[in-house]
Amino acid sequence: MTTLKTIQLTINGAIHAVSTGTTLLKACQAAGFEIPVFCAHEKLSVAGNCRMCLVEVQGTHKMVASCAMPVFEGMVVLTHSHNVQKARKDNLEFLLINHPLDCPVCDEAGQCDLQDITMAYGPSNTRFQENKRVIEDKEMGPLIKTVMTRCIHCMRCVRFATEVAGVGDLGSTGRGEHLEITTYLNKAMTSPLSANVIDLCPVGALNAKPSRAKGRVWEYQKIPSVDVTDALGSLIEIHTRGNEIMRILPRTCDDVNEEWITDKARFSYDGLRYQRLDTPYVRRQGKLVKATWLEAFQVVAQKMKNLNPKEMGVLAGDLVEAESLFAMGQLLDTLGIQSRDCRERGVNFSIHSPSDYLFNTSLADLETADVCLLIGTNPEVESPLMNMRLRRAVKMGCVVGVVGPAVDLGYAHENLSSKGTVLNKIAAGDHHFADLLRQAKRPVIISGIAALQGLDCMATYQTARFIADRFGVVKNGWNGFNILQPAASRVGALMMGFLPGKGGDDTDVILKCASQGHLKFLYLLGRDDVTQKDVGDAFVVYQGHHGDQGAEMADVILPGVAYTEKQGLYLSMEGRVQETAQVVPAPGDAKEDWKIVRALSEMVGHTLPYNTREDLLEALYKQHPFFQTRGMRPETVWRMTSAPQEIRRGILDYPIKNYYMTDVIGRASPTMAQCVKDIRGKK
Amino acid sequence: MRIFQNLHDKGPINFLAAFRRGDFDGTKALLEKGSSWMMDEIKASHLRGRGGAGFPTGQKWSVLPHDSGKPIYLVVNADESEPGTCKDREILRYEPFKLIEGILLAAFAIGAHTAYIYVRGEFEKETVILERALEEVYTHGFLGKNPPKTGWSLDIHIHPGAGAYICGEETALLESLEGKRGMPRLKPPFPGQYGLYGCPTVVNNVETLAVVPTILRRGAAWFQSLGTKESTGTKLFCLTGHVNTPCVVEERMGIPLKELIEKHGGGVRGGWDNLLAVIPGGSSVPMIPKDIATQVTMDFESLQAVQSGLGTGAVIVMDRSTDLVKVIARLARFYKDESCGQCAPCREGTGWMWRILERMAMGQARVEDIDMLLDLTHAIEGHTICALGDAAAWPIQGLVRHFRPHIQERIQRYGRQLGARE
Repeated sequence: MTTLKTIQLTINGAIHAVSTGTTLLKACQAAGFEIPVFCAHEKLSVAGNCRMCLVEVQGTHKMVASCAMPVFEGMVVLTHSHNVQKARKDNLEFLLINHPLDCPVCDEAGQCDLQDITMAYGPSNTRFQENKRVIEDKEMGPLIKTVMTRCIHCMRCVRFATEVAGVGDLGSTGRGEHLEITTYLNKAMTSPLSANVIDLCPVGALNAKPSRAKGRVWEYQKIPSVDVTDALGSLIEIHTRGNEIMRILPRTCDDVNEEWITDKARFSYDGLRYQRLDTPYVRRQGKLVKATWLEAFQVVAQKMKNLNPKEMGVLAGDLVEAESLFAMGQLLDTLGIQSRDCRERGVNFSIHSPSDYLFNTSLADLETADVCLLIGTNPEVESPLMNMRLRRAVKMGCVVGVVGPAVDLGYAHENLSSKGTVLNKIAAGDHHFADLLRQAKRPVIISGIAALQGLDCMATYQTARFIADRFGVVKNGWNGFNILQPAASRVGALMMGFLPGKGGDDTDVILKCASQGHLKFLYLLGRDDVTQKDVGDAFVVYQGHHGDQGAEMADVILPGVAYTEKQGLYLSMEGRVQETAQVVPAPGDAKEDWKIVRALSEMVGHTLPYNTREDLLEALYKQHPFFQTRGMRPETVWRMTSAPQEIRRGILDYPIKNYYMTDVIGRASPTMAQCVKDIRGKK
Repeated sequence: MRIFQNLHDKGPINFLAAFRRGDFDGTKALLEKGSSWMMDEIKASHLRGRGGAGFPTGQKWSVLPHDSGKPIYLVVNADESEPGTCKDREILRYEPFKLIEGILLAAFAIGAHTAYIYVRGEFEKETVILERALEEVYTHGFLGKNPPKTGWSLDIHIHPGAGAYICGEETALLESLEGKRGMPRLKPPFPGQYGLYGCPTVVNNVETLAVVPTILRRGAAWFQSLGTKESTGTKLFCLTGHVNTPCVVEERMGIPLKELIEKHGGGVRGGWDNLLAVIPGGSSVPMIPKDIATQVTMDFESLQAVQSGLGTGAVIVMDRSTDLVKVIARLARFYKDESCGQCAPCREGTGWMWRILERMAMGQARVEDIDMLLDLTHAIEGHTICALGDAAAWPIQGLVRHFRPHIQERIQRYGRQLGARE
């Protein structure tokens, strides 16, 4: 690494100290001088094509684009001279001559860089009398609506697609004033990060199709929250108008999602309007009929009172927040029900310490990895933003090896084998990737949930750990062993120990017992991956917010609320505690999930000792102090693994077959359905 | 005095004929004098780049970093597309061996083992000639891996372009050579630091390299003795437009423009008094009217002093029958067509200026539009990534500078006609 030294330069007459290696634009901004830009973006390569950031530098005969100019000792810079101001004004006039100026009907109005910068620096009128250029709109799929005449050719979208999303879908054709941004043959952008180009677009050329022409940005209330559609815990901002969610945008957080979110996080919100459970149901004569809360609780309580705790089991799902998991856990403890689990079917891994199942290398540090072994994971669909970090690492020279079926990750990688048995070889050291790992300075292993599922799950897990220990993947100041958790609720549930108690059964055994009739009562807390065949004749209670697979076979449905309708704690795969916000009221009679558990506890005669969320959190913090923190990664301790276990199984299969429909919200979302049809179908 | 013996296609074009004319004569002896001697000699000769910008060649060669651990590339810019300019074409046609020897010597001087010749897409025949010549030089043992005649490993590759003017801009050329869209890069970094495939690269014009062997043989002092202090040596001039005998000719720098036109161009059509204006250095430089043209000499400094430029040395002569506004409108259309579209002022501005000029050519404009047009040229000039923006602006500035009354008169006449019709 090069050492940065501090140099001095004069900006507008005052001397400022900056470190070398920075650009003039950043130096000026740090010194408090605003410089308008369209094309420059911190996370993208330098383009220098909008020419808005021109400044005068003494000694150069031309004005320089400050976004591309490195700083030098003793530079004398003027950012607000007459010449600079004239250049900005002229440049804006050029950008506007072929811009349609249709702000009144443009979705971007109110958040438009071109509008803002024109107001601040632009001319008040135009001298352009010729005909304006018109460009045909391009088809970019179900998420992005284009109005290409508005385009100012900053190329941010093209650079994003190639550099961040890793797809070559966007590019330009034509030259001069006929330059057009287009997708290849007008097909949809295929990346799960595609819709970020909407945020990047400084004008209204790329709009969000689902929310297009539905409202104006200044009407929206903007509420910070957290995304739960994957385990990454992206920070989001939910924009609402009245009781309706209008759109979801990313919040900037360099440690987690930078300023991107996945398409699913951004657009699956319309699934919150469909298939909702808004009233309790009870199955009578084989049919689910509407019931009151009291009736529903009575039926459940009756059943629970009559059964032996050993005959009852609870499974928690993907979108459940920590509060209801905690309340449920406490209720189960008092009732003596030990069969409970939060893990996927057939999944097993060590759960002694958080470092056993967290994403231990932070996302930010992942970018600095130099060798990476992916075991049974396709991060492009399981965690597109994590894959984006890995892509950046590859660009810096990271070597990626994949154990699993051939897959398109959007960067060069080596497929070591589709079978897990190759790990035996690596662990034994007679595989070239073992040498790579050994020589690496910052090696990383990422295990997907597919690796930890099925026959050899524990063997695979232990071998992966052994490889980590043997080849220095975990060493002083660097933990390169990672589990890619698939669901937002998982880490929270694991950290509070929502797992089989003493003598209790795990997911597989619970379902096996249910199907064989040994388990009489199954409580599905937002769990949707079980089928009628799995549960047999057991009495099923479903608590959740969507009428999906779980609700379909339930005997009693207790309607809970989605992440946008409650405050709830979610732990990301890195272990960061983050809180969602209630942005819209619950539909119908649906109640916050922890309240449902609390009410049920009263009905079964073991009232939980809290009446408010604050009380509940206090109890939670007392037992699990880490939940008190916000946004931090837990400090973990690593245990060495003794020996590898022989892996015998064959092909590792990836769990996610359909990126757009991994949870109940996505499955109910018309937008996601459209994506499946238009993007996945054609990919 | 002449460097280009065969410029007018007098002799056969093959290795032996070229050898008899002096090419590849004692090349090894030149190489044996060492690269630093060559570098010093070129520096001492004050040879300036012949592609238009006139950057000192020796300086360009000497700033390359040799400790970067990357290969050094030599790229020859044969993408000659400037309207009015056809000098490189003549070299490719009739003096390809001079160019190849120049490439060999320059590559040795800068330490390059690979050279690329980026030939304009339209030069199909020239490319064939060049390929044939290159093959001959290979057979005669001057090129390849450890060639017997020189001992300096060098491979030369010919790459035809696709006919975009902007690919004559050195960084756009490099992008195109790398297989990307021909769009100029931001500078800094310059190609000398970060050029082809990110390696240190020298990009030289065909004519620049073609004169290198002669300079090295006859010595810097000889070259410097020709021409003026700032503009040494000889140069190829292209005489086109309203001259009696259009031609490409080699002449010393600093020759009076009038002498050049009268001596080699056979004079202006209808006599010197019939002259209206001259574009002295290819379409990108501002035109000069007759009274300046009568006085001026053809070198970098004196043309700069009259707010024009030597450019590529392509003299476009226009007599009194010429509609200057139409001429500049046509050039503006060329720049509009050839703008790559990357940066805003050029992409949007070139089309706008062309449309105004088209109206002006008919007189269909307001007198104030002249100042607006001039202001637009200043809004583009110096604000773009590459020099195409400047090149589009300068001809218009030249027109307005010297022929404003001419445009005004036309606008007023159009107004009067309109009034009469109504």
